[in-house]
Amino acid sequence: MQQYTDFFKSQRQKIDEACPPLLNSFREKAFDFFQRTGFPVYQSENYQHTDIADLLKTDFGFYIGHYKIDINPYRVFPCTIHNLNSYKSFLVNGRYYEESVPGLPQGVFSGSLNDFAREYPLVFAKYYNGQANAKGDGLAAFNTMFVQDGYVLYIPENVTVEKTFQLTNVSGGNIDSLTNRRILVILEKNAQAKLLVCDHATDEKPVLAATQVMEIYAGENASFDFYDLEESSLNTVRLTANFVLQEAASSVTTNTITLSNGITRNNYQADLSGKQAEIRLSGMAVADVQQKIDNFTCIHHHVPACRSNELFKYVLDDEAVGAFSGRIIVAQDAQKTVAYQNNRNLLGSSRCRMYSKPQLEIYADDVKCSHGMTTGQLDEKALFYMRSRGIPFTEAVLLLKSAFTSDVIKEIRLESLRDRLKFLVEKRFRGELIKCQGCI
Amino acid sequence: MLTIRDLHASINGKEIIKGLNLQINAGEVHAIMGPNGSGKSTLSAVLVGNPAFEVTGGEVIFNGQNLLEMLPEARSCEGLFLSFQYPVEIPGVSMVNFMRTAVNEHRKCKGEAPLTAGDFLKIMREKQSIVELDKHLVNRSVNEGFSGGEKKRNEIFQMAMLDPKLAILDETDSGLDIDALRIVANGVNQLKRPDNAMIVITHYQRLLDYIKPDVVHVLYNGCIIKTGGSELALELEEKGYDWLKYN
Repeated sequence: MQQYTDFFKSQRQKIDEACPPLLNSFREKAFDFFQRTGFPVYQSENYQHTDIADLLKTDFGFYIGHYKIDINPYRVFPCTIHNLNSYKSFLVNGRYYEESVPGLPQGVFSGSLNDFAREYPLVFAKYYNGQANAKGDGLAAFNTMFVQDGYVLYIPENVTVEKTFQLTNVSGGNIDSLTNRRILVILEKNAQAKLLVCDHATDEKPVLAATQVMEIYAGENASFDFYDLEESSLNTVRLTANFVLQEAASSVTTNTITLSNGITRNNYQADLSGKQAEIRLSGMAVADVQQKIDNFTCIHHHVPACRSNELFKYVLDDEAVGAFSGRIIVAQDAQKTVAYQNNRNLLGSSRCRMYSKPQLEIYADDVKCSHGMTTGQLDEKALFYMRSRGIPFTEAVLLLKSAFTSDVIKEIRLESLRDRLKFLVEKRFRGELIKCQGCI
Repeated sequence: MLTIRDLHASINGKEIIKGLNLQINAGEVHAIMGPNGSGKSTLSAVLVGNPAFEVTGGEVIFNGQNLLEMLPEARSCEGLFLSFQYPVEIPGVSMVNFMRTAVNEHRKCKGEAPLTAGDFLKIMREKQSIVELDKHLVNRSVNEGFSGGEKKRNEIFQMAMLDPKLAILDETDSGLDIDALRIVANGVNQLKRPDNAMIVITHYQRLLDYIKPDVVHVLYNGCIIKTGGSELALELEEKGYDWLKYN
C-alpha cells in the first residue's frame, strides 16, 4: 500500500496530465479515504477469500500520462459476434481507443470518460464517483486515485437504443502492469440500452492486473441490460467494483460470465431506491487449474415493491477456487419485496473448492424472499442413463455441464449472444478455449 | 444372440444374482417374472453395465462378444437397450440434443456419417408416432416434468430411434393406465422383427396379453427356477409365486 500512496504523492502531476481537471478533482478525496483505510483487509467479512493487498503487492508498471497504445484492437480482438449488430468501442490498457462510433442516436454519448468530462461537465459532475464514493471501499478509492480513462454510455431521457453497445477491454504488454479503468453508465428517465463488455488479454506471460469501477444509474422506468464476459489468461488479475442505483420502475439485468481467467474478484452492489424497480443479477463461472473466481453481491431493497432475482452458477475442476457471497438487505419499510437468490455449484474434482455464503437480512414483514445453495457433483444416474444410450462418458459429462449452465445463459436477452455463449461454453468444457479467438 | 452362464452379481457386497443361466435367440421374446426382490432389475442393470453393481462370477456373451468387459456406451452401440423402470430426468439437456447425440454416436460406431439436422428430425417425427409421443415433448428437457406414462413412452421412442438388437423392458408396464399400456405395447410390437429379440420384465400377466412371449422364466432368489411357454404366465397369475416356491 505504501508504494501506492508514495507514488500518488510524487507522481501527481503525471497522473493528472492526460485527464481533464474535472476528473482529476475527484482524486484527492479518494486518496484521503485510501490513506485511512488502505485496501480491504483480507479475511474481513467481505473479503474472506481474496487478498487484494497481496495481489497488488507486485511492483506494477502503471499506464499513466500520455501513454502509447500499440495494439490495434480491431486486429487483435475484432469481437464480431455472428448476427449481433453492435456499436463497438475499445479500451486498450484502460485508454479509450479513438475511433468515432458512427450513427449514434441524437444526444447519446458512447465514448471516452475524459471526453465525456469535457463535453458534458454537468452530467459528469452529477454522476461520476457518486456511488463509488458513497458505497465503495478502498479498492474503489484506489481506482479513483489513478484512473486514466474509461468508457461512458449516456442515454438521455426517452431514448431507446435497440442496437447493442459492445465494449472490449484489451490488456496487453510485456511487463507486469496495472490498469485502472472506469465505466460509467447513465440512463435517464425512460431510456433503454444494452451493453456487452468483453475482457481480453493479449499476452500470456506478464501479470496483467486491472481494477475496474463501474457505476450504473438507471432513472425512472429505464431499462438496462449489462453482459460482462471475461476471457483472459491465467496471469490476469481482475478486480471490479460494480455499483447499480435504480429509480422507480427501472429494470436492470446484469450477467457476469467468467469463462477463463486468472484471479477474479467482482463486487456487485445494487440499490433499489424507487418503487417497482427490478434487478436480475446473474453470473456464471467456469474455472479449472488454479483459477480463482470470487463474486461478491449485495442487493439492498430500500423501498417497497421492488424485485430482485439472483442466480449464480459455478463449474469448478482441478484446483480451482470459487467463492460466492450473496447479501440481500430488505429495509424495514420495504414491504412487498420479492427477492430470490440461487447459487448452484458443480465440483469436478476433490481438490477444487467452493465457498458460498447466502446472507439475507430482512427487516420488513410482508415480503417474499428465498435463497438456495447447493454444491455437488454430476448426477451419476443421469450420466449412466446417457451412457446406456450410447453417449460416451466424456460427451455425457460435457452435455451435463453445458446443461448446468444453460439457465444462466437463458437470462441473456440477446439471441445472438446466447448462441455465441453456448458455443463458447461448450468449447470451454471441451478444453479447446484457451482464449477467445476473436469471436469469429 | 445372448448367452448368460452362471452369472453372479452383488450390490454393496450383497449377492443378488446367484448363478443365472439364460439363452436368447434372434426373433424371440422372453418374459422374466418373479416376486419383488428376486433380482429382475439387478439382472437388467448388470446387462447394461450399471456401475453400481458388481459382477462376481460367470460370463455373458452378446453377439459373440464378452459383454461384461464392455463400457455401457459400447454395449448400447453394439445393440443392447434398456427401457428403464425409472427413467432419469436430465434438466437442461433437450430431448432433441440427447437423441441426436446418441443416434450419431451409434452411427459413428458403424462407420456412418452423422445425420443432417433435417434427416434427423424426419426420423424423429416418424418414430414419435409409433408411441404417439406428444411432439412438444421432444423440445423439452429429457424426462423433465413428463408424466409417468410419458416417461415410459419416451423410453420406447428412444428404443425406436436406436433400433437395438436386444431390448430389455424393465417393468415398462408399471405406472401405466390401460390406454397407455396398449399404446406402449403396440409400439413395442411394431419394433419386433425376426432379427431382434426382447426381454420383458414384469410382475403382471396383463402386459403379456399385449406382448406375446415365446418363453417365460420365473426368477426367484437370484436364479431362474422355472421356464415354460406363455401359459406359465397365466398359471402364475392364478396360483401366485408361492406355488413355485414350495414345489
